[in-house]
Amino acid sequence: MSIFVDENTKVIVQGLTGGQGKFHGLRNRDYGTKIVGGVTPGKGGTDVDGIPVFNSVKEAVQATGATASFVVVPPKFASAAILEAAEGGVTFIVCITEGIPAHDEAVTYNRLVEDYPNVRLLGPNCPGIISPGKCNIGITSGDIALPGGPVGIVSRSGTLTYQALYELTQHGIGQTTCVGIGGDPVPGTNFIDCLAAFEADPETKAVMMIGEIGGSEEERAAEWIKLNMTKPVVSYIAGVTAPPGRKMGHAGAIISGSKGTAQAKMDALAEAGVHVCLNPTEAGLKMVEIVQAL
Amino acid sequence: MDLFEYQGKQYFSRFGIAVSPGDVADTVDEAIAVANRVGYPVVVKAQVKVGGRGKAGGVKLANDVDEVRLHAGNILGLDIKGHVVRRLWIERSSDIEKEYYASFTLDRPNKTHLGMLSAQGGVEIEVVAEENPGAIAFLSIDPVRGLDIETSRRWVHEAELDEVAREQAAQLLVKLYDCYTAGDCDLAEINPLILTPDGKVHALDAKVTLDENASFRHPEWEEYRATETEDPREKMAKEKGLNYIGLDGTIGIIANGAGLAMSTLDVVNQVGGSAANFLDIGGGANADVMAAALEVINSDPKVTAIFVNIFGGITRVDEVAKGVLEALGRVTINAPIVLRLDGTNAVEGRAILAPHLNDRLITEPTMLDAARRAVSLANA
Repeated sequence: MSIFVDENTKVIVQGLTGGQGKFHGLRNRDYGTKIVGGVTPGKGGTDVDGIPVFNSVKEAVQATGATASFVVVPPKFASAAILEAAEGGVTFIVCITEGIPAHDEAVTYNRLVEDYPNVRLLGPNCPGIISPGKCNIGITSGDIALPGGPVGIVSRSGTLTYQALYELTQHGIGQTTCVGIGGDPVPGTNFIDCLAAFEADPETKAVMMIGEIGGSEEERAAEWIKLNMTKPVVSYIAGVTAPPGRKMGHAGAIISGSKGTAQAKMDALAEAGVHVCLNPTEAGLKMVEIVQAL
Repeated sequence: MDLFEYQGKQYFSRFGIAVSPGDVADTVDEAIAVANRVGYPVVVKAQVKVGGRGKAGGVKLANDVDEVRLHAGNILGLDIKGHVVRRLWIERSSDIEKEYYASFTLDRPNKTHLGMLSAQGGVEIEVVAEENPGAIAFLSIDPVRGLDIETSRRWVHEAELDEVAREQAAQLLVKLYDCYTAGDCDLAEINPLILTPDGKVHALDAKVTLDENASFRHPEWEEYRATETEDPREKMAKEKGLNYIGLDGTIGIIANGAGLAMSTLDVVNQVGGSAANFLDIGGGANADVMAAALEVINSDPKVTAIFVNIFGGITRVDEVAKGVLEALGRVTINAPIVLRLDGTNAVEGRAILAPHLNDRLITEPTMLDAARRAVSLANA
C-alpha cells in the first residue's frame, strides 16, 4: 500500500500552462499518474497536450472529480493557490514552489488547519510524493523509483530524496511511498505525519528518514519514534560539516548557537533506536541489510 | 538578511516605533554635524553586525563636540571581532529608568509566531532564559489572527512591566508585531526597550533580520542589500543568483539542492578532503547558471579540484552538461572537474559530455566515487 496517494488519485495541476508546470505535469502523467486537469485563471477551455485547463480549482474539481492538486506557481501566487485548492474541494495539495515568504507560509498553514482541517498540504519547497508504479506528484524523476516496497522514505531535502530512492533502487529494494516534506520553516506535512502513516501501512516494513541541520523536527521525530514506532528506521542527517550561523540554502537549514546541529539530531535518533548513518550510501546499504533480514 | 542597528531603527520608524533621534555618519565631520543637530549628550555607536560592541570600545558617550571628535575618530576603522567599523550611528543619549526586552520570531515547532517580553532587558535574552526563565513572558500568536491591543495589554501586565510603562509598551508591541509581519522580518528584537525617568518608552537598540524570500514586495530593501559586507566570492555568486557560502578547503563544490550540497560537503570530508565552499545552484538551474557557478568556483585560488554533484529533479542534467561545456568554452577552468550526474535527463546529459571527457573533465558513477576522485586530484 501507499500513503497519502494511490493509483486512483485524480490530480489537477495549478500552473499547468507555465513552463515548469507543463514539463512536470506531463512527466507525472507519462508516469501513469491520473492528471485530469490544469488550472490557470483566464485560460479555461484550452488544453495542454490533451489535458483540459480550467479557470479555477472549483471548476476543475467539479468537472473531473480530482482530490489532489499539484501547485506549480511562482512564490508570490503560491499561498493564494494553496488556499484556492482547499476551498475548491481538494484534500491533498503538493506545493513545490521555492522561495515563499515565511510569513505567508505561517498564515497559509494556520488557515488550512483552522478552516480546512481535512486538507493535507505537502511542502512548500518540496519535491513531492511518489508511490512507485502508482502515482507521482511533483518533480521526482520516476525512473529512479522501484515499485513493490517494502521501504517508505521521508525526507526534508529535495535532492537527497532522489539520492535515497536511488540508493535503494540500485540494490533492488522497492519503495511503498517516498515523501519529500521540504526544508522550509513551516512545512504542511512533517516527519511525524509520515512516520505515523508508514507505521500504519501494512506493506511498509521499514522507513528511511533523511533530515538536515536546523530546527528541531528530527528531535521531535526521534521522540515520536521512541514511543510509537515498531518498524526499523534508518536515518541520515545532512550537514555534519556545515558551519554554524549560515543558512545552507533552505531557510530552515541553519545552526543557531548549539541548536539544530547534525550531531544533536543524530544523537537523539540513535537514542530512539534509529540506525544512524553518515552518508546516503551507507544509509542505503544499512537498509539493504535490514530488508534482507526481514 | 541582517540589518545594521541604524537600518533596524530606520525600519522601526517606518512602523511608528519610537527610537532616539539620531543619524548615520561615515566621517568624524559628519558625526559632529549629526551630534550638533540632535543635541548633547550623544552616544557614538559602531555599526557592525556582531555582538559585544560596547566591550570592544565601539559605543561611547560624548558630552560635547570634542568628545564626539575623539570617539568618532577612535571608533571609525576599529576592528571588532573581524568587522571593521565603516559607519557610525550618532543618537541623543537617553536617561534610563528601566530596561526591558521584546521580540517576535517564528515558533517553528508550533507553526505560530512567538512573542517574548521581559522586564529584565539589557542583557542577552539567552542568559535570562537560562538563569531566570520565569522572567520571560512568552506569547504564542496565531498568524491568522495577529496581535490585538487587548492581548498586548494583558501581555505587558503578565510580564510585570512597570505600571507607568504598560500602556505605551502595549501600543509599541502592536507596532513591533506589525513591523515583524508586514515588514517580513524573521526576527524583530528590541533589547533594551527602555523606560526613561520622565515616563517615556522607546527602543534603544534594534535587531532586525529580514526574510529575503519576501524581497519581491519590498523594493525599499535594495538600500540594505547595497551595504552588505561580504566575502568577495559570495558577492560574485550573489550577483549571479547563486547560493554560495565560502569555506576554507580545497575542493570546489557545486550541487543542486541545499541538502545534496550539504551532503556533498559531508562526504568529501569523510573521504579525507575539505570543501572550499557550499554552492547550491538551486532547482531548475539552466546552462547559464551552471556556467556561472563554475566561474565563481574558478575565482577561488585555493581550489585544486572541482566536484559537480547533480541529481536532477526539476534541474535537468542535460542543461547542467551544456553549462559545463559553456563555461569551459568561455574561461579557462584552473582545476580538474569531477562530475556525478543522475536523475532527470541524465542519459542526455552524459551523452553531451561524453565526447569532451579527458583527465581534466571526469565523470564517476556514484557520489562516493566522485568524492574520492576529487580528493585524490586535489591532493595530487
